[in-house]
Amino acid sequence: MGMTIAEKILAHASRREEVKPNEIVVVGPDLVMSNDATTHITIDIFRKMGGVKVKSPDKIVFVIDHNVPSNSVQTAEVHKKMREFAKYNSIKLYDGEGVCHQLLIEHHAVPGTVIVGADSHTCTLGALGAFATGIGSTDMAAIWVRDKIWLKVPQTLKFEINGKLPDGVYAKDLILKIIGDIGADGATYKAMEFSGSTVKEMSMDSRFTLCNMAVEAGAKTGIIEPDEKIIEFLSKLRSGRGYRLLRSDSDAEYEKVYYYDASEIEPMIACPHTLDNVKPVREVEGLKIHEAFIGSCTNGRIEDLRIAAEILEGNKVHPDVRLIISPASRNVFRDALKEGLIETFLESGAIVMNPNCSTCWGACQGVLGDGERLISTGSRNFRGRAGNPNSEIYVASPATVAYSAINGVISDYSKEV
Amino acid sequence: MRIVGRCWVFGDNIDTDVILPTQYLLLPDVKSMSKHAFEPLRPNFSNEVKKGDIIVAGRNFGCGSSREQAPAVLKELGVAAIVAKSFARIFYRNAINLGLPVVECSTLYDEIGEGDIVEIDLENGKILNKRTGRIHEATKIPEFIMEIFRCGGLVEYMRRDS
Repeated sequence: MGMTIAEKILAHASRREEVKPNEIVVVGPDLVMSNDATTHITIDIFRKMGGVKVKSPDKIVFVIDHNVPSNSVQTAEVHKKMREFAKYNSIKLYDGEGVCHQLLIEHHAVPGTVIVGADSHTCTLGALGAFATGIGSTDMAAIWVRDKIWLKVPQTLKFEINGKLPDGVYAKDLILKIIGDIGADGATYKAMEFSGSTVKEMSMDSRFTLCNMAVEAGAKTGIIEPDEKIIEFLSKLRSGRGYRLLRSDSDAEYEKVYYYDASEIEPMIACPHTLDNVKPVREVEGLKIHEAFIGSCTNGRIEDLRIAAEILEGNKVHPDVRLIISPASRNVFRDALKEGLIETFLESGAIVMNPNCSTCWGACQGVLGDGERLISTGSRNFRGRAGNPNSEIYVASPATVAYSAINGVISDYSKEV
Repeated sequence: MRIVGRCWVFGDNIDTDVILPTQYLLLPDVKSMSKHAFEPLRPNFSNEVKKGDIIVAGRNFGCGSSREQAPAVLKELGVAAIVAKSFARIFYRNAINLGLPVVECSTLYDEIGEGDIVEIDLENGKILNKRTGRIHEATKIPEFIMEIFRCGGLVEYMRRDS
């Protein structure tokens, strides 16, 4: 019996000929990421384990991205602790350069490898053909000590998507549709493999959006087989050393295969307070919004900003709405500046922020008040995620968010194209 | 391991952000964070919960973020176990690593009442609801995970190992 790409990566990493779902394998991860949401706790656990210096500093990357720049004395202390630990251990630290997953895409992640991050959206990197998954602080601390982790080989669910997405419909709408269909626990413990002509045609930025939200269906990882597009994408960023371009065998065993016709997808929106409370945008059109956010590891890349700028060009953000835009990284910000997108955002009345997790994370920028409603390109709409527990978050594509920001109410952009 | 405790009942899809809201993640230690556990849903939870209490919930408990602070604050408050129809993956693993027993049971939730006393037999995967007298089947916990629970978490397990 053949293996899926996820199984092949875990087999290679655990030096086995073959692995099967539900087997436990021990691997030394190739890349290990920790950010300022949890690293201070992880450092304490590492010390409790008797750790003094991390075993493999070359594999570890620290990113300060969740509260940037620091918004309180308390945050400043957390950042300080992280910087000192990184320096002492010779760990590469990115300080305010962007959202962790975007920085790993731009500087570190490699196809065919095992990547673990102390952040649930680590699965974003599966779009590069890697096995990338989120872990907690104790697992992270144990990796710092021992340079290994046990993983259960997941079953794989295959999502075969064919056809062309209609104009005004994007990867975000597709993944929201899928999560709405299978539920917020529809892929718990499993790998979600995305394939088909739609995925093949998709830009890398769109593929990252697909894999990013796999965790919102409970998945261990989202993954896409590497193709020429990945090679071209990476060749522009860095050298091709260490790539393993693995693909699923034709006789690989999937727990289930889901089929989608992309031409039938319409703009979708996740309504409060779970990611599977998904409806077509047209069903909630007209709902008043107070704030709109474009950014995050889900939708803060250059393609997303281009879509938003095209809609905002020559228009003004509704006077009752704050539109907050945060590019996912310094490189994305720089590209947006060069292309004139930032100029368009400023002209429209948007607030342009530094690259960071921003409003999606709900602790430092664009926090909501009682009874306020946010429409966001982020990944989550949990109760209180953006501040007050009586506020509401709607999650949608950059096009839906930008168009709604102009109108002051939730609006379906696809009707305009 | 036998755990007897009073139950707190929560629903489906209880996410990490509700267990511990984002704005408290960077407090300096778990003790100070724990005062805010379940704040969006039950603002008085941290005052009312007692050492040895048990949380019972529906599907997908702990979905969302990888923040280990979520199971950590529950452990800090003395929660002795969580019984749910199902758990989100990262939360489940984090709870095990912290030595906080997490038990999958598909039937208890459907008959549980707030304040019921239950007795959990972890090794044998049985849960007795003392109010109804009914014994519920739970997913049996693999031996290596039981060993982590017995040690009180992965840190203690690793210390013993070395």
